[in-house]
Amino acid sequence: MIYREAGQFKSSYASDQAVFPIRQDRVVVALGLVAAVIAVPLVADEYWLQAVLIPFLIYSLAALGLNLLTGYAGQVSLGTGGFMAVGAYSAFKLTGAFPGLNVLVAFLLAGLITALVGMLFGLPSLRIKGFYLAVATLASQFFLLWLFNKVAWFTDYASSGTITAPPRTVAGIMVTGPAATAEIRYLTALALVAVFAVIAKNLVRGRVGRSWMAIRDRDIAAEIIGVRPLRTKMLAFAISSFMIGVAGAEYVFLYLGSAETLAFDINVSFLVLFMVIIGGLGSILGSFLGAGFIVMVPIFLTNVPHLVGLAMPVALQKQIELMVFGGLIIFFLIAEPHGLARLWQIGKEKLRLWPFPY
Amino acid sequence: MLDLLNTALIGPLRDMGGSPAFLVEVIIGGLAAGLMYSLVALGFVLIYKASGVFNFAQGVMVLFAALTLVGLMERGAPLALALLATALVMGALAFAIERVVLRPLVNQEQIILFMATIGLNFFLEGLGELAWGSNVKRLDVGIPDTSFMVWGVQINRLELTAAITAAVMVAVIAVFFQRTRIGRALRAVADDHEAALSIGIPLNTIWIVVWAAAGLVSIVAGIMWGAKSGVQFSLSLIALKALPVLILGGFTSVPGAIVGGLIIGVGEKIGEVYWGPLVGGAIENWFAYVLALAFLLVRPQGLFGEKIIERV
Amino acid sequence: MTLRRVMIALLAAALIAAPAAGTAWAQAKEMFVPSLVYRTGPYAPSGTPFANGMWDYLTMLNERDGGVNGVKLIVEECETQYDTKQGVECYERLKGKNGGAMVFNPLSTGITYQLIPKAAVDKVVVHSMGYGMTAASDGRWFPWVFTFPTTYWSQASSVIRYIGQQEGGLEKLKGKKIVHVFHNSPYGKEANPTLEELSRKYGFELTLLAVDHPGQEQKATWLQVRRINPNWIYMSGWGVMNQVAVKEAAAINFPMDHFIGNWWSASEADVIPAGDGAKGYKGATFHAPGTSFKVHADIVKYVYDKGKNIGPKDKIGEALYNRGVVNAMYMTEAFRTAMAKFGNKPLTTEQVRWGYEHFNLTEARLDQIGLKGFTHPVKVTCEDHEGSGPVLIQQWDGKKWNVVSDWIQPMREVVRPKLEAAAVEEGKKLGYTMRDCSREN
Repeated sequence: MIYREAGQFKSSYASDQAVFPIRQDRVVVALGLVAAVIAVPLVADEYWLQAVLIPFLIYSLAALGLNLLTGYAGQVSLGTGGFMAVGAYSAFKLTGAFPGLNVLVAFLLAGLITALVGMLFGLPSLRIKGFYLAVATLASQFFLLWLFNKVAWFTDYASSGTITAPPRTVAGIMVTGPAATAEIRYLTALALVAVFAVIAKNLVRGRVGRSWMAIRDRDIAAEIIGVRPLRTKMLAFAISSFMIGVAGAEYVFLYLGSAETLAFDINVSFLVLFMVIIGGLGSILGSFLGAGFIVMVPIFLTNVPHLVGLAMPVALQKQIELMVFGGLIIFFLIAEPHGLARLWQIGKEKLRLWPFPY
Repeated sequence: MLDLLNTALIGPLRDMGGSPAFLVEVIIGGLAAGLMYSLVALGFVLIYKASGVFNFAQGVMVLFAALTLVGLMERGAPLALALLATALVMGALAFAIERVVLRPLVNQEQIILFMATIGLNFFLEGLGELAWGSNVKRLDVGIPDTSFMVWGVQINRLELTAAITAAVMVAVIAVFFQRTRIGRALRAVADDHEAALSIGIPLNTIWIVVWAAAGLVSIVAGIMWGAKSGVQFSLSLIALKALPVLILGGFTSVPGAIVGGLIIGVGEKIGEVYWGPLVGGAIENWFAYVLALAFLLVRPQGLFGEKIIERV
Repeated sequence: MTLRRVMIALLAAALIAAPAAGTAWAQAKEMFVPSLVYRTGPYAPSGTPFANGMWDYLTMLNERDGGVNGVKLIVEECETQYDTKQGVECYERLKGKNGGAMVFNPLSTGITYQLIPKAAVDKVVVHSMGYGMTAASDGRWFPWVFTFPTTYWSQASSVIRYIGQQEGGLEKLKGKKIVHVFHNSPYGKEANPTLEELSRKYGFELTLLAVDHPGQEQKATWLQVRRINPNWIYMSGWGVMNQVAVKEAAAINFPMDHFIGNWWSASEADVIPAGDGAKGYKGATFHAPGTSFKVHADIVKYVYDKGKNIGPKDKIGEALYNRGVVNAMYMTEAFRTAMAKFGNKPLTTEQVRWGYEHFNLTEARLDQIGLKGFTHPVKVTCEDHEGSGPVLIQQWDGKKWNVVSDWIQPMREVVRPKLEAAAVEEGKKLGYTMRDCSREN
């Protein structure tokens, strides 16, 4: 009853093929964007922005990239951490070598470099499938981190072995560096992830996305009908790595401020994979939901005892947090194996019919 | 160019030939390390072979088994009793996992089951630390970690014991799978859950058996690794070292786990000792994976894995 | 249905209110000290005793003296699991709480690197005691960061001096073989440039062997050690790498008294798994081990007997426990230094910074506190936030650590120029300008 589509007529193909064909959807999305852009910076305090929302946006972008590769193209990859490191170090070298370069352009160039690296490490996917490919991508993860650790050129020969985001401005506003405010960094991350989400949504609805899904579902049959596996898989790796690279650059420039290779280790790869799977494989919205879940739940679990007034020793709290986190993952998988996005879809279906059951 | 070839290829080879006793030591060290990896890989193989689940939580199960054993021993139980109790605990764990995690997810896709084991991983991590604390614990099973010399080559007692244990275990498991009725049932279940159900194989019992078996393997692996480096959280990270073994040997092959382990172990050590110094060392981690990857490119299902039959 | 709605509404409210709930205001005579700890995760065996030491000392002051000069300390622990992200999250959540955090002890080099730029902006002191960014010891570039009593570079030079002493003189080092086994991370690599320079200066053969994180399997490294057959081994390890290294060294029958670990590689957790094999293993430290000090007696009396402790009683006096005690002691003495100038009331972070910068711990004061002979006197100045302190060498006898050397001075003439050069580099990266110490008080 809330979601009545009665009375909404489409008079052109374009409007019929729109991403949000139902007016209610469009209104909700518009309101959401307005809230995200205007309300959140005004209302949220620095802790929320710095420790919750900015990482959420950055991880969403990484999850988006991985979802394209794993959810849509069916290539399980555990090299996300390594690719994020490529993006971060490339952005660092670029901003170091070209101080006048706009930092956003540096992000995009870093993404491009990561795309090339991603294509290189994606070549084995032509021969290896499934979990074997996942484990093989770990080779790229470990190798890339070793490379950045070993070759001092990547850190500009810093004695500390870490890369630091230099202060940079865009249109006069400080965007990176310690003086950049959390609000500005949040808005930058939001802008980037919104743009990429739009691009991704259009990609998956078009020919490229369909070729990916064909490879994912029945790759031999797809090859027979003319979908070229080399090109399709390489494109998947390239675009996915591009987004992951930009996310990696954002990770250092907009969130952490400085990083060593340990910040991109295998835990990050697993974390982003969890986000993609919990959010829903093969769903753009799922990337965001998954990232939200993985970022929010630990923070929520950390803060709940304070709220309820329970004073627990920190170690016990952390252990219970871990157990609850694991339990929640299992619970969600049993309740809805296809992820939170599917839950959302079911919710929308029900809303369309509400208050009728079917 | 020739210079590069010289340093990259001839140098290390000449180095190897220059001191053969040392080369033998490196190889033996690699074999021993490889067998230690195989112990962990066996757990993975058991579960994958029999239920099609890639158990991400295997590393944590090794840790949990070791923690339980040491915890009980610290509270005064003699070794034999502690072992028995730990085996019971792992059995109970298998029962609980089957009930809570696997049964509701029957016949879901592989990746969903994989995710469930990830959730299990976090849960067991928290539970293990909660129950037994986070200190480093010393695991003493009566095998001294000392070395003796044989023909100019140093051999470590603990590693020798681990090697023998691994060999015995593999033999037992291989016989179990090939010769017993339950083994056949396990292979049927791994092939297709629903088909196995339809011909009357009790799925739930089979799964409990398998996870309990993997639990027992975890105990052995936990003992060996715990004796080597103390029982603590990082033990769960060994699973990462066992993965190249798995992909080289094939996910479904028990002898593959051993052979893969040996190849990875030796390859890793030789790479680190002879080629490592050329690039600054610490190449072990990715070298193992690259080695496994190279094998995979030639044989995509691993050396001994089941040939992947693809249908259109 | 309504119950579920109520639950959902509560949950949503909780989510929104969660961070806000922490902003209780501090009462008049209180100062807030957050304690970043890792009691869980892979580094818990090292983090737990440190956290206990810190907690016990501060609680003891609260119980025995009513705080520092009458100002009570609110201590709140925050679990970081040695993870940089969680460390940053703890920092953001706690920096403004209870009227503002006075000082942060990140307990992790990774977290320290994150907090150093933020500290200058948020104006809160970061004390990375014997870890973190060595370059930040130059107070002219990093006014808010303190690294005293000493740093990795100084430690490496002190250990070389000790080895020289053992060999009969620094000139006897010529031709000897020294291996540095290090954790393959910026932390582990810290000592390398100093060691390389010293090897050039004194003519010993230095081999650097990196151990990849986490260091669970080190066969290849120790095979190489066996082949090189060095006279001495120095280790900059962390976590499980330490235990495995000590075990491997024992397994290849290396003389353990020629194996020296740095101050993060020489704690009980590192030697217990090796059992008897670890006997004779040496380590560097900047405070004494054991419980023979008056402070420990007071801690037992005021904290354990009153049940206000977190950790177990039998672990008091462990190497890392005492490290936590010394960290807490430095902190409270810095507060006292500031209060001597600004008055016995809750301080502002600027005042705390002044206290740290004019820190002057004397033997007499150590005696007064009840820590006579526990650690070396420290003097901090505007340029020197390191104090350039000496180290002690301790040795494991199978049951406990014993100090086996006098205080060994670092080679300041080698370390300080490198430090200053690095400080310029790191400071410029962050866009800082150098302070002129002569123009400040």
